[in-house]
Amino acid sequence: MKSVEEIKAAIEAAVPGAGVEIVPNPSPSGQHSLRLLPSHAVAVAYFLRDDEDLGLDFLSNLTGVDHLDKEIAEKVKVTRQVTKTVDGVEQTVDEVVEETRKHMEPGYLETVYHLFSMAKKHGPVVLRMRTVNRTDEVELPSVTPVWRSAEFQEREVFDLYGVVFTGHPDLRRLLMWPEFKDHPMRRDYKEPDDFEYEPTPHDTVLARAKDHKAAVAGQEGTGTGL
Amino acid sequence: MSGSLRDTNLEGWNRPPVIVPDGEGELLEVAMGPHHPSTHGVFRMDLALDGERVVRLKPVFGYLHRNHEQIGETVSYLAMMPYTDRLDYICSLTNNWAYALAVEKLVGQAVPERAEYIRVILAELTRIVNHASAIGFLIQEMGASGTPLMYAFREREKILDLFESLTGSRMMCNYMRFGGCRVDPSAAWLDATRKVVAGLPQFAHEFENLLMSNEIVMARCQGVGKLRPELAINAGVTGPMLRASGVNYDIRKVDHYGVYDRFKFRVPLGDHGDIYDRYMVRVLEIHESIGILEQALKEIPGGPVMDPKAKIRGFRPKPGEAYGRIEGPKGELGFYLISDGGNSPYRFRVRPPSLINLTVLEDMCLGHNVADVVLIFGSVDIVLGEVDR
Amino acid sequence: MEEGLKIELGKQGVFVTTIEELYNWGRKNSVWPMQFGLACCAIEMIATTMARYDLARFGAEVFRPSPRQADLMIISGTVTKKMAPQVVRLYNQMAEPRYVIAMGACAISGGPFKQGYNVLKGIDRYIPVDVHIPGCPPRPEALLQAFMTLQKKIEEQPLTGEGRPRHLDAEAQGEFPVPVQGEHDLEPTSNKLVWPLPVVIR
Repeated sequence: MKSVEEIKAAIEAAVPGAGVEIVPNPSPSGQHSLRLLPSHAVAVAYFLRDDEDLGLDFLSNLTGVDHLDKEIAEKVKVTRQVTKTVDGVEQTVDEVVEETRKHMEPGYLETVYHLFSMAKKHGPVVLRMRTVNRTDEVELPSVTPVWRSAEFQEREVFDLYGVVFTGHPDLRRLLMWPEFKDHPMRRDYKEPDDFEYEPTPHDTVLARAKDHKAAVAGQEGTGTGL
Repeated sequence: MSGSLRDTNLEGWNRPPVIVPDGEGELLEVAMGPHHPSTHGVFRMDLALDGERVVRLKPVFGYLHRNHEQIGETVSYLAMMPYTDRLDYICSLTNNWAYALAVEKLVGQAVPERAEYIRVILAELTRIVNHASAIGFLIQEMGASGTPLMYAFREREKILDLFESLTGSRMMCNYMRFGGCRVDPSAAWLDATRKVVAGLPQFAHEFENLLMSNEIVMARCQGVGKLRPELAINAGVTGPMLRASGVNYDIRKVDHYGVYDRFKFRVPLGDHGDIYDRYMVRVLEIHESIGILEQALKEIPGGPVMDPKAKIRGFRPKPGEAYGRIEGPKGELGFYLISDGGNSPYRFRVRPPSLINLTVLEDMCLGHNVADVVLIFGSVDIVLGEVDR
Repeated sequence: MEEGLKIELGKQGVFVTTIEELYNWGRKNSVWPMQFGLACCAIEMIATTMARYDLARFGAEVFRPSPRQADLMIISGTVTKKMAPQVVRLYNQMAEPRYVIAMGACAISGGPFKQGYNVLKGIDRYIPVDVHIPGCPPRPEALLQAFMTLQKKIEEQPLTGEGRPRHLDAEAQGEFPVPVQGEHDLEPTSNKLVWPLPVVIR
């Protein structure tokens, strides 16, 4: 099978402006992936499926990954001018100082696709796509018209992560009930308070017990308080 | 008959048109499940019927959504192993293997030869259990209440006794580890296995003869629930269902995982892609599995069952990701893991064959009678624990 | 009646019994379970009915697909929050006298999946459970043991007074409230009548 670099070149030759990026995978599995721009993803998907050499006719796995907003602290070397007294004369000297700079990297939702070829019996080719952020711009193009196997898996990602797939024919919740409002696989999902009495609360159970106590204290005459 | 109802266009997406019957009358909407004796647990199908004929079928999932993926991201790598038993609870050992394979890919762990042989033996025994029960359930849904299922379960008990004496549990074996297996089977266990395997061909022939040329089985299965190979590939269908449609794709042959390269076995393929072909593919796969078992039990080498360099305590893979898959009895079972260098995976994903094989359920059922839906659904062979996870 | 006299009369070929004993003897030997599988434990429940363990020996081989015809509900597996309203509804549809066996760790408390967001932490939050069997999954022998425990329980039920079966008690609660699937969780999260919060006495 072609290497990731060759696939990248082939995609860029076929779909101009596809903007494919290689995401290296440091693990021994060596499954490097290609990040696509959502705007060109469907065209790339058609190309990968119908290309004679690649023939990736089988979308095996489609899933979502949640990346929270991250605060990244970097140590940067900064040159600045300092006034110093050298030999009794004031001079302006350049000095190199290490500074810690913090910036927020906005979180995003990511979808990962594992493609194989049943005709050529090779694979996997791993694709990825990112949303702009985690709150309002969570649209990604659906690949269900290209590979039917994405139908339920995209619904699952919509249900559990809240990625909205544009072009999906029937985008409803797959696993949770329709009235449910949250996206429980997101990493900042908070479970409803259903603490149960435990004689020896510890770790997470203890934290939950304290939360429960605080919540119950606010209401009058409910339960035993535990 | 079904062509007029819905022409599945692979190039684009066509919603199944709801055919409003000519003249009087209206569609009858039936919610089949989640409590229904033929749905293998808690599965629901929302059917729209025109008389007896199905014009729309929408599966509803999630009644057994047990949050495996969420739990996988909170517990350690090893602690997830017993949870994989409970995914597809008829074939716990193949689930173990798929998960172990994915983690071994993630950390680049080698597996000793003896352990590979044991894995093959256990996986093929599991495949026989699964296929026999699947056929039993299928025929039971046809109305043969009990007999084939009892035959299947009689054999299952013999194999489960082997599992129990090796792993300590009948169903939830929790046996494989990253870099090998948990305990070394004794010579007595291997002898007992040989004895059980020696009795299996008789069971397979008996089971086959009991049903293969049965008139009711043929009348109800042949030509019902056809699945075209192009649609099967496009919809990601795997396992016996795909091969029944005539597509030669067996991950044991494609990925060369484990030591499957060393055994001679054939891949049974169907011709028509109907229920009968799916049933026959499973029957023939039982025969092939018996062949693999005989070879593996003859050639099994000595040596350790666990790589001595394998890390068990403080298992923290370096950042990276891996997708590992095996040919499970129901299809391609894959695990996708992302590690951020921590104790537990950053992302733990199960690629469930049962769920994805159901993508084509509506296409197979449209135009058939409602009684056939039960059979078509049974021939997909799903386990709800894996569908909903 | 004295136990010794009863045995003595039995030796003479005269069998003496009470209405209560006769009635309960009949009831306990024809418990019809509902054909209702939820998860892993359902496979062991099927194995129990098969040739090797043969549940028919206890008069309970007639698995009814309809709750209207069943006496016993075996909660065999994990009850999820999506499934819980249906379980309660099925229980409501069963005719009295009805009994419930919670089979396996999941049905008792959520078991290994207790931390899951969609897993109900024990079915006894909504309906009364007669017998709990631990195990993940319980062996078929354990299910047989649960059957025998249930039979013993039926045998010991008085027909009048305190502790009589619900179908003989005009005041007994028949319908149990079905939880509603809300925006974040089930509402209410438990039925306080069958699952009172534990009171801690220090």
